[in-house]
Amino acid sequence: MEVGRAEKIIEKVFFISALSSILIVFFIIAFILKESIPALALGWNFFLGMRWYPPHSQFGIFPIVVSTFVVGIGALAIAASIGIPASIYLAEFSPGWLRNIIKPCVEMLVGIPSIVLGFFGLMVLVVFIRNSFGGYGECILAGWMILAIMTLPHVVSISEDSIRAVPKGYKEASLALGATHLQTTIRVILPNARSGILASLILGMGNAIGETMAVLMVIGNPNIPWIPSSVLEPVRVLTSTIVIEIGYAVWGSMHQHALFALGVVLFIIVAILNVITTAVIRKGVAGIG
Amino acid sequence: MSKIEMKGLSVYYGNGTVHALKDVNMKIEANKITALIGPSGCGKTTFLRALNRMNELIRVRTEGEVLIDGIDIYSKKVDVIQLRKKVGMVFQQPNPFPMSIYDNVAYGPRIHGVRNRELDGIVEESLKKAALWDEVKDRLEENAFGFSGGQQQRLCIARALAVNPEIILFDEPCSSLDPISTARIEELLSKLKREYTIVIVTHNMQQAARISDFTAFFLMGELIECGKTPQIFERPRDKRTEDYITGRFG
Repeated sequence: MEVGRAEKIIEKVFFISALSSILIVFFIIAFILKESIPALALGWNFFLGMRWYPPHSQFGIFPIVVSTFVVGIGALAIAASIGIPASIYLAEFSPGWLRNIIKPCVEMLVGIPSIVLGFFGLMVLVVFIRNSFGGYGECILAGWMILAIMTLPHVVSISEDSIRAVPKGYKEASLALGATHLQTTIRVILPNARSGILASLILGMGNAIGETMAVLMVIGNPNIPWIPSSVLEPVRVLTSTIVIEIGYAVWGSMHQHALFALGVVLFIIVAILNVITTAVIRKGVAGIG
Repeated sequence: MSKIEMKGLSVYYGNGTVHALKDVNMKIEANKITALIGPSGCGKTTFLRALNRMNELIRVRTEGEVLIDGIDIYSKKVDVIQLRKKVGMVFQQPNPFPMSIYDNVAYGPRIHGVRNRELDGIVEESLKKAALWDEVKDRLEENAFGFSGGQQQRLCIARALAVNPEIILFDEPCSSLDPISTARIEELLSKLKREYTIVIVTHNMQQAARISDFTAFFLMGELIECGKTPQIFERPRDKRTEDYITGRFG
């Protein structure tokens, strides 16, 4: 009987632990929402407003959102154009010993703290861009490069896994018909891995948009956010705006509410991307099975 | 002349530590069905995959010669693409691509640059030869996964026929099928041998006895005995062959 009771108690402890994660998520969302309501109530002036200038009580986030997507999508494009071919090479073409070198190196990129990457970006990339192309150096291009470096390992490892998950029978059937390895990869393997590759891109996008510290250090953050017209211009993104301004927003002011509202927008964008990722992966699994 | 002839064929796996086929000498006749039998791990699948160089997908070392129409397929001059076009293969598990019936059959011809307007004819002819046409002619655009295992396997046969091979290798093609589907495939094989040379690996000795003209018995990488099927089953020359086919081991 003692054993039975102990089991029950332990089970309860586990249950409460599981429950706590739900509660934490719930309270965070509730709190941020509550704090952001006054700003969200500004409606279109908030979401589509072109000017963010808290000293004049102007809280239009449109330029910030656009900049966020510009930075995220560009970074993703770079990460995809390097990461997808790399994952194809690793999964299909590389000899085992080379893969055993490349894969840990790519994964090590995940382990670099973002502040270190940002520091590198500021000291090396920004200086390089300033010297090569002129301008401030702190700009969208620098943000793209840093975020691409941070997104790359996710794209490579998820894409590679999905390419490897394509049933071996397809590959053998294709080769046995006299197809070359490249034909087999393009016509049979990649179409079957496409949902995993797509998922890796959407997930990478979510990471890029939610990333704060490294981006903050290299994209310049002008006093008044604008919609950029060149990749050499500095911009502000959602995360960097919150970090920069949270320190001097007066407690309880509209400014502070607006920053919380930025957090809500960021949260929703990333959540949507995560949901899409999950849906794409499910659909892909159902398609193969 | 024999269609295929092996001279001192040896295959090693795992950096030479596993000697999977040991000095096999054998001839395979054209337009006949040759069955390869033997217990699991005896080398019969390795032997089969040596005939279209599919062993090369993993790290193996192959020694000796495999002559097809008198040409050693392991010589440097032979193009593995052309070889595999000539020597088709059907696998143990039906493995159609996750695309339509039509695209599955058209895959091989498309790879080899056949023009679109010729494809319809090739697809129809291949499906007819594989005894599948009547069942699928109105469903050519449906995904192959919607069909039964037996139909999928005949689709794989049609897919192999579409690139116009001369030899077809079957690696236990019925092991995942029910008895009725198996009977249909066996019937099909007997028809196909008029046009093609067939080599089949099978676990099922009754199947070998039913459909094959020649039978080769492998044990631990060695070819123990090869001869006309009735001779192998009724008057085996080697004691080990007799023990295996009478069910004393394996």
